[in-house]
Parts: sequence; structure tokens; C-alpha cells
Amino acid sequence: MLGELGNFTLILAFCLALIQALLPLTGTLVGDRRLMAAGRSLAVGQLVFLGLAYIMLTLAFVANDLSIRYVAENSNAALPLIYKLTGVWGGHEGSMLLWALMLSIWNVAVAFFSRALSLEMLARVLAVLGTVAAAFLAFTAFTSNPFARVFPAPAQGADLNPLLQDPGMIIHPPLLFIGYTGLAVAFAFAMAALLGGRLDAAWARWSRPWTTVAWAFLTLGIGVGAWWSYYELGWGGYWAWDPVENASLIPWLTATALLHSLAVTEKRGGFKVWTLMLAIVSFALTVMGAFIVRSGVMSSVHAFASDPDRGVFILAILAATLLGSLALYAWRAPRIGLGGAFGWYSRESLLLANNVLLTVASAAVLIGTLYPLAVEALGIGKISVGPPYFDAVFMPLMLPLLFLIGIGPVVSWKRSSPSETYRQMRWALAISVLVGVLWPLTMAAWKPLTALGLALVTWILLSAAIDLGKRIARRRRSQGTAKALAAALQPSFIGMHTAHAGFAIVVMAIAMVGSYEQERDVHLKPGESASLGEYTFTLRDSSQLRGPNYDARQATVELAYGGRQIDTLRPQLRTYDAQPRMPMRQASLNRGVFRDIYVTLGSRVQEGGWTMRLYRKPYMFWMWLGGVVMALGGFLAAADRRYRMAPAAQRGEAGQPAAPAPGPGPAATAATMHSEVRR
Amino acid sequence: MSKRSALLRFGLPLTLVLVLLGLFYVGLGTDTEELPSPLVGEPAPAFELPSLQEPQTTLTEADFTGEVALVNVWASWCRPCRQELPYLQEIAKRDVPVYGFNYRDSRQNARRFLEAFGNPYDKIAFDPEAEAGMDWGVYATPETYVLDAQGIIRHKHIGPINAKVLQEDLLPLIEKLKAEQQS
Repeated sequence: MLGELGNFTLILAFCLALIQALLPLTGTLVGDRRLMAAGRSLAVGQLVFLGLAYIMLTLAFVANDLSIRYVAENSNAALPLIYKLTGVWGGHEGSMLLWALMLSIWNVAVAFFSRALSLEMLARVLAVLGTVAAAFLAFTAFTSNPFARVFPAPAQGADLNPLLQDPGMIIHPPLLFIGYTGLAVAFAFAMAALLGGRLDAAWARWSRPWTTVAWAFLTLGIGVGAWWSYYELGWGGYWAWDPVENASLIPWLTATALLHSLAVTEKRGGFKVWTLMLAIVSFALTVMGAFIVRSGVMSSVHAFASDPDRGVFILAILAATLLGSLALYAWRAPRIGLGGAFGWYSRESLLLANNVLLTVASAAVLIGTLYPLAVEALGIGKISVGPPYFDAVFMPLMLPLLFLIGIGPVVSWKRSSPSETYRQMRWALAISVLVGVLWPLTMAAWKPLTALGLALVTWILLSAAIDLGKRIARRRRSQGTAKALAAALQPSFIGMHTAHAGFAIVVMAIAMVGSYEQERDVHLKPGESASLGEYTFTLRDSSQLRGPNYDARQATVELAYGGRQIDTLRPQLRTYDAQPRMPMRQASLNRGVFRDIYVTLGSRVQEGGWTMRLYRKPYMFWMWLGGVVMALGGFLAAADRRYRMAPAAQRGEAGQPAAPAPGPGPAATAATMHSEVRR
Repeated sequence: MSKRSALLRFGLPLTLVLVLLGLFYVGLGTDTEELPSPLVGEPAPAFELPSLQEPQTTLTEADFTGEVALVNVWASWCRPCRQELPYLQEIAKRDVPVYGFNYRDSRQNARRFLEAFGNPYDKIAFDPEAEAGMDWGVYATPETYVLDAQGIIRHKHIGPINAKVLQEDLLPLIEKLKAEQQS
């Protein structure tokens, strides 16, 4: 019964999405305001029915209804309740349902928080979102229905993949999906601008917070994914350039470029066409990611079981997205205009460099990811691409980007001069070089590349401090301390520097771990010790225990620092009942601010001994902290008051027919002046 | 805007998109797991590489041939390689020698990988520059070749071995080749 009800609500949601795709757009064509306004209630209806479908699937998991194929394949009576709840998105079908649900939440959020938008614009945005939702819901309902029955029902469920039975996996997919589907909102705004043939500063001001929030969620999702693979894969690595990891990084890079390009569009009315292109490409890349993960064209640790029909369906969605949006782009973009001019050295030109670097990085990762596929499709070539390729192309692109992050915020719009920047920043430059040279001396060895990385990190942090200090000082003269502080701590400004600082912190951690990680493989018998630096590991005993759905062998390892015991680590080797062939290593960690100690079991040797691997990973904590700080910066920036103010001028224009705007329109100019006054 | 720049501005993205979509479509059609290799039916290509565990020892194709055997291409940086290890162990248990090419890897990492996750290999050739990998036509790790007793490549599997591949492809083929060898 649950299954049929779930299926019914899923299909209803699909029908509503289809209507949402058609009605409001028809409304804009015939000028019927009631049709345009219909989008809002259709969005709500969709969310209600998708929510119900989701609840039905959850109930089926809790009740362990094995007659539903998806439940039988991804759950088991013995699975702990928390993993039954999260197992809902542990496989392909259920994760599509979650994806659709997240998209629907964005859909409703746009419908209700965009009161400042003209009805016509909102109708177009919702129509595009409806189209996207309809495509993905059709995919879910017709090729990947989570409510499909299996007959006869198996007596035992196959159980959730042990890798996914972990707290990190509870939050990783939802965060990532919120980010992916959020980029659909940026895409919808871009399409609406093309459909309307108008793009001004107000448009950029509307799309910015949505894009920023989506980006922040994507950042968190990727971060949690790295955090999960760090401790769960028993490998101590956080990033392996796996196709599926790349599938999330590629749109993240273009979305980051989009954020910066939107800043130029809002503040200076520039980069208009480029902004639209980035919004289209970012969304298309999320669809491509879904294709890579879900069609079986690539083998990967994350890939779902393959089914060619699904592959063809997502490929069709991808083709429609790309061809449809690019055709619209080719037709309408010339009307949008390019935007204002700027000098060769200005904030615009630096942001242009940022965009080029990020786009090239994204393309490089994309090429590396697709290369094996291309080689295979053509049946020629003999080169395989692994981490060596990615490390070699990615780092040279990131180093100049890091340098630019430090300069960009202090250079003024339109025109500036390098000598002016040098005058402002020479002390920061000197201190950064000094820190870069000295900091690695606190570690095991001095390495030039690490020194360069750390200097750049310091550079970013210092320049943020300088920029903030200047801003406060400038206002203090005219407005007094309290007012100056309040004005300087404007969320969009603080948010930007927070996100930059977060990125710097992540880079610092990557540089430190990459250069100074220590590891050692040892054989220990009970009572024996091994040391790694000043840390001593003593194997106390080895025991067997029974978890809810697995057997585990556990080693008890005492960890001592300089002779004093600081922790007891308990790494395990788990054999899940449902998958006896693949024993899982459960690492045990002692986490600290400046280093993590990480122990993972190898295999058992005679007399209760173990082979095990010991790691000392410096500054790991900062990698996670940096990710959170980055996302926090995004949320702060999106919370800026100016995004919530309904510009009165825009309201007045709502009903007017769209006019082609060559160059910055009146609204753009007004916004530019406004922002210049504020700076 | 001149005609030529319009062509460039819109023709270029369109071409790129079409190439990409075409690539994906072809990619869907090719079964990742059963790509016909031009080497199937040919003798195992010659190579000369140091052994992973004993750098002084040199291994050649003669070390990998003479019996029905599996040759697996792996690397420590390759996650799917870790997934397929239990299945390689399964095969090794059945008295079928499993040989390895350690591909574009470092000695240290490769040894650690084996210590941590188990070593199903009889002999491993260390191939950091993909020298043998070139001749054997390695696309990506992991890949597995099945050799018959005469040293002829009889099958190539691309991607990790899983339970289905083991039961339905590799084990029956190995049985068949062993029967051929005895007759």
C-alpha cells in the first residue's frame, strides 16, 4: 500500500511540475497575469506531494518492506534505525527522490522569497525550474522508480553498502544535492533573463544570493565527502580524483567563477553574457555529473549499478539542457550586451583573470575525467589518467589564483594602477614571504613549494585584514567608531573575506598534510610497541565483538606522547553479514588541532598480532575548519540586507514590456553609482 | 559583429557540445566491461621490468607465462583496485597464478597497499613509467588479462572485478583454458 501511495504522489508531483513548466510561460506569452501567478501554488503542490512520496519511502524502510525492490536492495532487518532512515538515499532510486525533493524545496523558496521580482520574471524563473523538475521527476518515476515492487519478495534484504553506514554519509548526499539543485536556480534566473531579453544590476542582485547559498551548500557537501573518505575508506586520503569526486568539483569551480562574475555584473554591469554562460554551464555540469555517476559509463567507488536506459535518459536531459539553453543564448545573448568597459588593471580585470583560471581548472579536471571515456569510445590511445595528471595540472592554476585573491579586494573598480597596489600591499607581501620561509621550519623539512603555498595563505589572510582595517579607518573619520564598525561589518563584505580566509585555511592544510604527513607500517604482537616521531603505539590486546549487523575484530592500541599515555585507540576490521567478502577497515583517530593520529588495521598475524598502519597527519583539523569557514562566508554574504530590499524602482517597471538594453541600462547605472558611493 | 566572429562565438560552443554528447552516447553503447582488445588472441607482449618487491630481480613476459594465469594492472592510488582485491585472492586460491603490473605508482606506496589490504600476486612487475603498460594497451587501472598456457591473451577485462564478473566470466574461462591445457 505504501509503495502504491508513494508512486501515486511521485507521479502527481511530476504532473504538477509539467504544468509549472507550461502555464506560467504561456502566461508571459499571452500576458495573462493569473497564469503567470500559477507557478507559485504549483511549486507548493509539488513540494507537498514529493514530501509525501519521501515519507512513504522512509516508512517502507522503517517497516523493512522487502516487497519494494529498492528497500530489499538497500536495507536489512538488522540495519540500525538511523541507517534505515538515511538508507533512503543510499542507492540510485532513492537518491534521485531526494534530489527531486531538494529541487522542489528551492522551487518553493524561490516562489516565496522573490517578492521583489516582477511577476513576469518570476513566472519565467518558475517555468524553467518546473521544466528541470519535470525532467528529473520523469527520470525518477519512469526509469528509476524507488517504489517498484519485486515478486517474490526476498526473505532477507541485501543491506546497505557498509561504506555508507556511517555518520558522514548521513549528511554528505543531502548537502551535495542541495548545492547541485541550487545551481538549477541560478540556471533558471539566467534562462529567464535570456527569455526576457534583459539583464541589469537588479537581475544580478536577485540571482546572487541564490547562487551564493547553492555554492555554500556545494562547498559543505564536498567538504563532508572529503571528511568521510578521510576516516571511512581507511586510507587516510581525503581526495582521490575519482570520477565521482570530480563530478562535484567541476561544477563547484564554475560556480565559484559564476559568483565572482555576478559580482561584476551587479556592481559594474559588466561580464553580462559571460555570467549567463557560466550559469548555464554550471548547471549543465551538475547534470553531466549525474550522468557520469548514474549511467555506468565510468567505474568508480561511488558509481551506482549501471543501467543503459537510465544513461540514455539523463543524456537526453543533458542534451536538451545544453542545446536548448545554448540555442536560446545564441539567439538572445546579443540583445543583452556586454556591459561597461574597464582598464587593464582594475578589479574587473582581476576578476576576469579569476574567471579564466577557474574555468581552465574546471576544463582541465573535466578533460582528465572524461579522457578514459574518450579513449575507450575511439578505441585508440594508451594513456591512463590518475592523480599524477590532476596534481600536475591543478596546482599551477591554483597558485596564481591564490595570489589574486589577495589583491582583488583591495584594487578599485574600473581603473587602478599596480604601483598603487604595491604601495598598499608591500608590507603584507614582505610579511607573507617571511612567514612562508619561516613556517615550514617548524616542521620536519623545508620545502620550496610548501613555503610558497604558506606564503600565499598568509598573503590572503593579511590582505583581508588590511582591507578591513582600511575600510574601518576610512569611515571612522567621517562617521565615528561605532557607526564605522557597523558599516564595515556589512555581511557581504565580511562574507567575502571569510570565504577567502576559509579557502586559504584549506590550502594551508593541504600543503601541510601533503608535505609533512608521516606514516609507518608495523607488525605488533600484544605488548609490543612502535613509535612514530614522539608518539608511541602499544598493542594491548585483540578482541572480537559483535555489532548490530557485523562481526568485528578490534585491536586496543594505547597511544602515548613523550612517555605519557594520551588516548586508547580501537581500530576495527569489520565483516558485515550481508557482504562477507569485503572486510571493512574502521580506522581509529586521535584528533587534535595541530595533528591527527590515525591507526588502521592491516591483517591479523600469529599470536594475536596485527599488521597496522600508523599515520601522523599535521593540520588535518584545519582542512575541515576551512571548509566550514568558506561555506559560512557564503551564507554571510547571501544574508546581506541589500538582497532583501525590494528596489522600489524595479517594482514600478514590473509590468513593462522587456526592452533590449544595450550596455548598462538605467537601473545598472543607478546601482553602480550606489555601490560607488558605498565603497 | 561580423559573420565570422558570430560563427566562432556560436559555432564553437555548439561543436564542443555536440562532440561531448556524441562521446557520452558512444560511451554508453560500449560496454565498459567487455571492450574488445586488439591484443586478444595475440601472445603476451614482451617486457623487461624490475620486480616490485626485489628491485634487483628483472621480470619478463616469460615469468608471466607457462600456465593459465591472470595478469592484473593496478596502482595504490586506484580505489577500484582495492575493491577487486578479494576477488583476485579468490582466484589465487584456486591455484591460478595472479601476476601484477604495478602501474604509474611508487614502490613505497605500492608495498604499503599490499601490506594493508593483502597480496594476491605471485609476481609483480614495477612499471612506474607505463612502459609495459603501453605495449599491453592499458587504458586505465584496473585491468585484467587472462592468459592461456601458451601465453596467448584470451580475454581482457577493463574495470574492477566483481562477484558477477568472477562467477560468470573469469572462472568459467579459466576452467575452459585449464581443460584445453590438459587435453
